[in-house]
Amino acid sequence: MEVGQMQRRLADYTKSLFMEGILDAQFLQLQQLQDESNPDFVVEVSSLFFEDSEKLLNDIARALDQQSVDFKRVDAHVHQLKGSSASVGAQRVKNACVAFRNFCEEQNVEGCVRCLQQVKQEYCLVKNKLETLFRLEQQIVAAGGSVVPMTELGF
Amino acid sequence: MNPSNGKGSVSMASSSGGWKAGDVVLDQFPAGLRVLVVDDDPTCLVILEKMLRACLYEVTKCNRAEIALSQLRENKNGFDIVISDVHMPDMDGFKLLEHIGLEMDLPVIMMSADDGKNVVMKGVTHGACDYLIKPVRIEALKNIWQHVVRKRKNEWKDLEHSGSMEDGDRQQKPSEDVDYSSSANEGNWKGSKKRKDEDEETEERDDSSTLKKPRVVWSVELHQQFVAAVNQLGIDKAVPKKILELMNVPGLTRENVASHLQKYRLYLRRLSGVSQHHSSLNNSFVSNQEAAFGAMSSLNGLDLQTFAVTGQLPAQSLATLQAAGLGRSTTKTGIPMPLVDQRNLFSFENPKSRYGEGQQQQHLSSSKPVNLLHGIPTTMEPKQLAALHHSTPSLGGMSIQVNTRGGQSNSLLMQMPQPQSREQILNESTGSHVPRLPSPIGQPIMSNGIAGGVIGRNGIGDSGRGTLYSHVPPTSSMVSFPLNHPTELASNSFPLGSTPRISNVTSKGPFQEEVNAEIKGSAGFMPSYDIFNELHQHKSQDWELQDLQFNASQNANPVEGNLDVSPSVLVHPGYSSSQRIGQNRTASAIGRTIYSGIEGTEQGNTQIIGQNLNNLLADNPVRVKAERIPDSCNQTTLFPGHFGQEDLMSALLKQQPGGIGSTETEFDFDGYSMDNIPV
Repeated sequence: MEVGQMQRRLADYTKSLFMEGILDAQFLQLQQLQDESNPDFVVEVSSLFFEDSEKLLNDIARALDQQSVDFKRVDAHVHQLKGSSASVGAQRVKNACVAFRNFCEEQNVEGCVRCLQQVKQEYCLVKNKLETLFRLEQQIVAAGGSVVPMTELGF
Repeated sequence: MNPSNGKGSVSMASSSGGWKAGDVVLDQFPAGLRVLVVDDDPTCLVILEKMLRACLYEVTKCNRAEIALSQLRENKNGFDIVISDVHMPDMDGFKLLEHIGLEMDLPVIMMSADDGKNVVMKGVTHGACDYLIKPVRIEALKNIWQHVVRKRKNEWKDLEHSGSMEDGDRQQKPSEDVDYSSSANEGNWKGSKKRKDEDEETEERDDSSTLKKPRVVWSVELHQQFVAAVNQLGIDKAVPKKILELMNVPGLTRENVASHLQKYRLYLRRLSGVSQHHSSLNNSFVSNQEAAFGAMSSLNGLDLQTFAVTGQLPAQSLATLQAAGLGRSTTKTGIPMPLVDQRNLFSFENPKSRYGEGQQQQHLSSSKPVNLLHGIPTTMEPKQLAALHHSTPSLGGMSIQVNTRGGQSNSLLMQMPQPQSREQILNESTGSHVPRLPSPIGQPIMSNGIAGGVIGRNGIGDSGRGTLYSHVPPTSSMVSFPLNHPTELASNSFPLGSTPRISNVTSKGPFQEEVNAEIKGSAGFMPSYDIFNELHQHKSQDWELQDLQFNASQNANPVEGNLDVSPSVLVHPGYSSSQRIGQNRTASAIGRTIYSGIEGTEQGNTQIIGQNLNNLLADNPVRVKAERIPDSCNQTTLFPGHFGQEDLMSALLKQQPGGIGSTETEFDFDGYSMDNIPV
């Protein structure tokens, strides 16, 4: 596949992520921050996000597994996850976190467990999608092309 | 946007920066702005760093608040602005905010994914100069330099003012504190309130921006010296000039000390009052007295209340006193008032009724709470309070003022945000006495008991006190002392003797501390029932706004219990002020309202307060025994909700003989510097 084709494919793919609400405008901000001095910024931040989120998700799962659930703690973790997912633009993850917090407030264990599943799902989804996106970008760069971040959500 | 575009836009932003041409001292400003970012989330931290770098700022990032603090301490003057997350595992963001404000006086921006009104309010009351909601966009960061300039401008203005005041106003005001504090306050206030005016004065801008007054960095050692000097002098007697002399630090100016003193007072108030998490009633109008108004937020409210309560000063009188004394206070209160109005305002109606009953009971049962008040010698609890904590400048100045004012219910008055006019007056009047006024009212939030105590102290006999509470904001239907009926703060029972309770209160729980502190200050505060009521009413949310001195942060709500303060003073039998006091408002006059407020407000607070009070009262909800209320007139005056200032004043003045004694005479607002209430 030639570069032009790959670039088009990447653009379409990226657009689809936005359309599906998996990513939001914040992601664009990150892309805009990337520059020659820091060409892998988005990838780096995303990796950080993945690492951090996995840890948080594990912590939450553990906390919910306790005999007597410490909702404050769970809420704190969820809040952090909400903040970081919002910062990278992982919109669906963020929304799932918002819902999760409500259950925490209600101290509803079952609800929380369900929400955790939901958050995990969304997280896995965004992780896969982003990894695919990065792969596409790498291919383009490897083929000599350049990756131009979207300037706007054109839809 | 490809990177270059982004850069281009960034550079444009930085160069154009909307910076008024004349003002820019450094050509590249705001480029090169030294920012410290604190966030425990690594993802956010990295993103922020990148964004700030894109804005051409110099960025240092940390993921731990402690590390950030030590960095700040090591590099005094090494940073221009700090951005901090709210929720951090090792230290609460607000706490960090306080520390920075006290020690380094740098502008701090809070940020969080949490955009709940309460949290944002907390940021405001704790003194944050801005609050950003995550996810933070780069556009939001491009303008943060404005906070740096604004602050410098204010500092510069303060300096100017202080200087002139020094020269010319020595004679005018007996207490130097007032001068400095007022100037400092003004300066700070200006920042918050009269931003526009200042901004318009380009010239000043130039100066401020170019001036770059060497900011005094309050290192740990310096701060300790300061604290030692303050303690040596006694918190109520600690005036900047003397502190400066004692400290004997070359290059330190009185202005520096004055502004730091304000912060310290607020801080103390806050400490004594409640843990930060409570409504940051930063409004801790730590008036000059600094009476324990350390904790800005909660403390303030409480302090005032206690004072107010004990102060027995009719809220109005307090307010007037304060107003008179402070002069400024009005302005200050102005600000907080609006907020407060909602909350507290002494729904005297309720508290009153409660008050009457509660008072008695409280008085009886909570002899302890009353003690709190007593503890706060009319003479000046502030000392005690101050000792307790750093009085953080009360935001509203109101609360503090009240307390300082001799513990008259002034503080209470102050607290009563609602009747703004009233309250302001109260604040004003109480301002000076605020510390004195055990402002049980203020305390109501904190601990009902305290309030009671406070009130009690003031020799609840002050019928006039009751009037103070007149402010019972109608909004707060506090009367229902739901929790413990702080109103029971026994205004009746409190006859001044209750002050001792205050001291007791302090020992109890966070609020208690505040309460105590406050109570201490408010020797004769009128039953801060009002305050309590208010406290209840405005659950944390409002209270925070209500700097009115009701430090009674929500935590203080327990005030109900604490309303030992002879609500009589504050409360008209009908006041459920104690309830209001949930917030740390200075129970004094406000107490009434507080009570109502308190009730309305968080129950939790009242609980806390109540607990304190309970302890004092032996678990008796502060019942302000209506009967006890010695002065039926108090009630009448108080409750009407609109006590003419004159009424309050006279009420207050009348009370002098009572426990209030000294407090009343202390309505020298001058002495109370309005702390800069970071709004």
